[in-house]
Amino acid sequence: MANRAERSNYELAIIGAGIAGLSAALFAAKEGIETVMVGETGEILFASGLLDLLSVHPIGEGKLWDDPWAALNALRNDLPDHPFSKVSPAHIRTSIDGLLEFLSEQNLPYRRDPDRNVEVVIAMGGVKRTYCVPETVWNGVQALEEKQPTLLVDFEELKGFSALQIATTLTDRWPGLRTATIPFPGGRGLQYAEQLARALENPESRGSLACDIRACLGRAQMVGFPAVIGLYRTREVFKDLEKRIGVPVFEIPTLPPSVAGLRLRDAFHGGLAAKGVRLFPRHRVAALRYELNSNFILDIEASDGGKTLSAGAVILATGRFLGRGLRGDRGRIHETLLDLPVFQPQERALWHRHDFLDPRGHGISEAGLMIDNRFRPIAADCDPVHPHLYAAGSVLGHQNWVRAKCGSGLSVATAFAAVNAFLTT
Amino acid sequence: MHTQVLIIGAGVTGLGLARDLVLRGISCIIVEQGDINSGASGRNHGLLHSGARYVSSDSEVAAECLEEADILKRLAPQCVEETGGLFVAVEGDDERFIADFPGLCQKARIPAQSLDIQEALEMEPCLSQKIIAAYRVPDATVDPFKLALQNFCEAHNHGTKLLRYHKVVGFKKAGNRLISAHLINTETGAAIFVEADQFISAAGAWCGEIARMAGADMDMLYSKGSLTVTHSRLSNRVINRLRKPADGDILVPGGTVSIFGTTSLRMDVPADVRPTVREVDHLVSEGAAMIPGMENVRYIRAYAGIRPLIRSGPDAGDRSVSRGFILVDHAEDGIDNFLTISGGKLTTYRLMAERTADRVCERLGVCKPCRTKEKPLPVDPAFEWTEPGLAPREWIKHPDHHDPLLCECEMIPASVIESVVNAFRSQGGKPSLKAIGLRTRMGKGACQGSYCGARVTSHLCDRGDLTGLEARKELRRFLQERWKGERSILWGGQLVQSELKEAIYCGLLGLEM
Repeated sequence: MANRAERSNYELAIIGAGIAGLSAALFAAKEGIETVMVGETGEILFASGLLDLLSVHPIGEGKLWDDPWAALNALRNDLPDHPFSKVSPAHIRTSIDGLLEFLSEQNLPYRRDPDRNVEVVIAMGGVKRTYCVPETVWNGVQALEEKQPTLLVDFEELKGFSALQIATTLTDRWPGLRTATIPFPGGRGLQYAEQLARALENPESRGSLACDIRACLGRAQMVGFPAVIGLYRTREVFKDLEKRIGVPVFEIPTLPPSVAGLRLRDAFHGGLAAKGVRLFPRHRVAALRYELNSNFILDIEASDGGKTLSAGAVILATGRFLGRGLRGDRGRIHETLLDLPVFQPQERALWHRHDFLDPRGHGISEAGLMIDNRFRPIAADCDPVHPHLYAAGSVLGHQNWVRAKCGSGLSVATAFAAVNAFLTT
Repeated sequence: MHTQVLIIGAGVTGLGLARDLVLRGISCIIVEQGDINSGASGRNHGLLHSGARYVSSDSEVAAECLEEADILKRLAPQCVEETGGLFVAVEGDDERFIADFPGLCQKARIPAQSLDIQEALEMEPCLSQKIIAAYRVPDATVDPFKLALQNFCEAHNHGTKLLRYHKVVGFKKAGNRLISAHLINTETGAAIFVEADQFISAAGAWCGEIARMAGADMDMLYSKGSLTVTHSRLSNRVINRLRKPADGDILVPGGTVSIFGTTSLRMDVPADVRPTVREVDHLVSEGAAMIPGMENVRYIRAYAGIRPLIRSGPDAGDRSVSRGFILVDHAEDGIDNFLTISGGKLTTYRLMAERTADRVCERLGVCKPCRTKEKPLPVDPAFEWTEPGLAPREWIKHPDHHDPLLCECEMIPASVIESVVNAFRSQGGKPSLKAIGLRTRMGKGACQGSYCGARVTSHLCDRGDLTGLEARKELRRFLQERWKGERSILWGGQLVQSELKEAIYCGLLGLEM
């Protein structure tokens, strides 16, 4: 192990630590590729924990799909440049199956109906259509579908989560919802989901919480909580709380930064390290260089000093503006590491529409890297910039994951495709 | 509904007028198509002019500004920051204009002290090394929202009613008099009629429309001005470009931020105006000549307002139309109980109110003198929260971990939101995110509502102020409203912020669906 830490040359370097980068590292490790992954983990903390595949297409019409696979077929016909259209349906399935299997191994199991999107209640009373949900959320999917008499609980000081808001949004759809606002056990004024989740790792807190809940359970057959039930040993914490309360329990996804994002990060980090991926999760790639027919050089930066690595191939999974894979100045949009050509609207006035919520989405959302069929960024002449440079995830252009509700699915599928392209070179 | 005086428009002039009238024992109702300061009163620099800007173009306005600024500094110190101001010229600016400036200031009795270049650069390190002249003047800044809200508080305490979200759609006349105004509630569509003895239009850019409904005529010009807001405060003082008034020549500190403007663009109608990408780029490059850092600073917002200008004489461009105010007596148009007060500056709002109230008193046969010239503006603590930095200061003094900060950028705890909601309710308002935003700093920080929008909404639902369905509608409105000011400045750091915002509200919550 000590030797591996000193290693500086890898077959494949993945830049970016969001869902796309982490998934790419997973798929590469499964194939036995010597892989290093570098990137700050900030972005995954913004994950809701739900894994969307595709539920809206075309976005301008806001057409909702029950069957994500049928939606993908329609998208493939309508949008040939969309990154999804460059991955075969079989590969999309394989990629998702692979990810779910891995998360299950990491004790963070997900549930789904393989051929159908499900609807799940989220913070603010929204009902979101998604594909896979954490096991801890699944009871809520069924409770909504069957309109079971349910108690929704929130905690006095937790910000941005109101059980009453959810219940009064869903009055017509789910009349059997009741709410209770209780002080969090210990009364320490915890305001953030992460603090509550950590506190519930303690069995005494769970005992005291279960006691409070039983007192207001009434005829409820289920109890919904904000997603704060455990952080490190979520499964165990969840089962224990359920047992103590005596009825099935579920979690309601909260606004980012969420506990679900932290759990995903921990599952990936633990699992990937065990599979032999070298992770530099708190590091930023300051510079990426290459000469044709030689290795890529990565200068990486961290508070504990810098390092230089080399790799035969690179997958850019650097994300968009929030992930810092793209940067916009007053004139145009740039790719940040290699200044690769970026597909983008002609001028800044066309980046955004006049209404924030315009159903057609904003022009800038479609901006991003242009790729060939092997997920290699291409230059103006349509040739790949480098034979072993790949890209995956939201940095890709010609897609609007926010409006199509396809963020995780797109990241996972394109990560798989990029790794696959690397393998078959 | 009946009142002695119906005031149309709840900008700072209309509210100042209500205060002036009630202090003379006259009852008023104010009707407003939006909320307080929806028009130009809420879309300006927040500059309390020393008058120096007008010494070359309009000595009367300069003198009014000097005197009124002094009154406000004395009587409403809670709304004013005495920053002082500079006038600076850069290489290439008109030398004759620079040479004339000190003499003109002296003539207007505005103290303008010449500074040597090095001294000016030390006072304001953000200034360009290429400045060639600098003067110090007694400019200051004023919080237009606090000023308006505090004026209304005193009027309200004396019985003035404000009808928010009511639009005047017509008047009933009898002979030479208006009898009543026909109002429509823009939210519910309900109609009401308000009878009054006197009708005063303080409707800013909408004065022309109101006058036409009453059967009078006003020749108005509409000049759109856009301004940008930086993430941090760039200068201690107001910085004016020492040249003939033009685009992008005033930088005003606004507590924790700086505000830079303006542009001047003729509009046909005073409709909903938004700053454009082109205007913002123009401001950035104009500003950079005086303050080079303006090319690289982070902008968090831009906004645009309409200057209502009254046409007089031949058209020589909107910058040359007088910024003085005008009180129009529509008896000339055959209506004996209708006045329009228009034009003017934020700095001179009190004087505009005084002159109008004098005329109203004359007509009503009331002989009471104006009191706003001596009486300090009372402080109502429930309406102080528009002041940048006040909430963090109070929070640090008494941090309470059971009182969550719902807005983290501006450090506004739940208790402040609650006090504002309660006070607003006592004035007959129905709490909305927009109303809370207008009365606090909520949504004004770097996140521009990404987090606080959701958190405050949830909090209001918890309190029973809103149902979940109302909250969803509210949140949509709030986000669309914030967006008007964001769209033109989205590059760099603020582009990152807006991406996160869309991911939360559309990606996760599906508010666009």
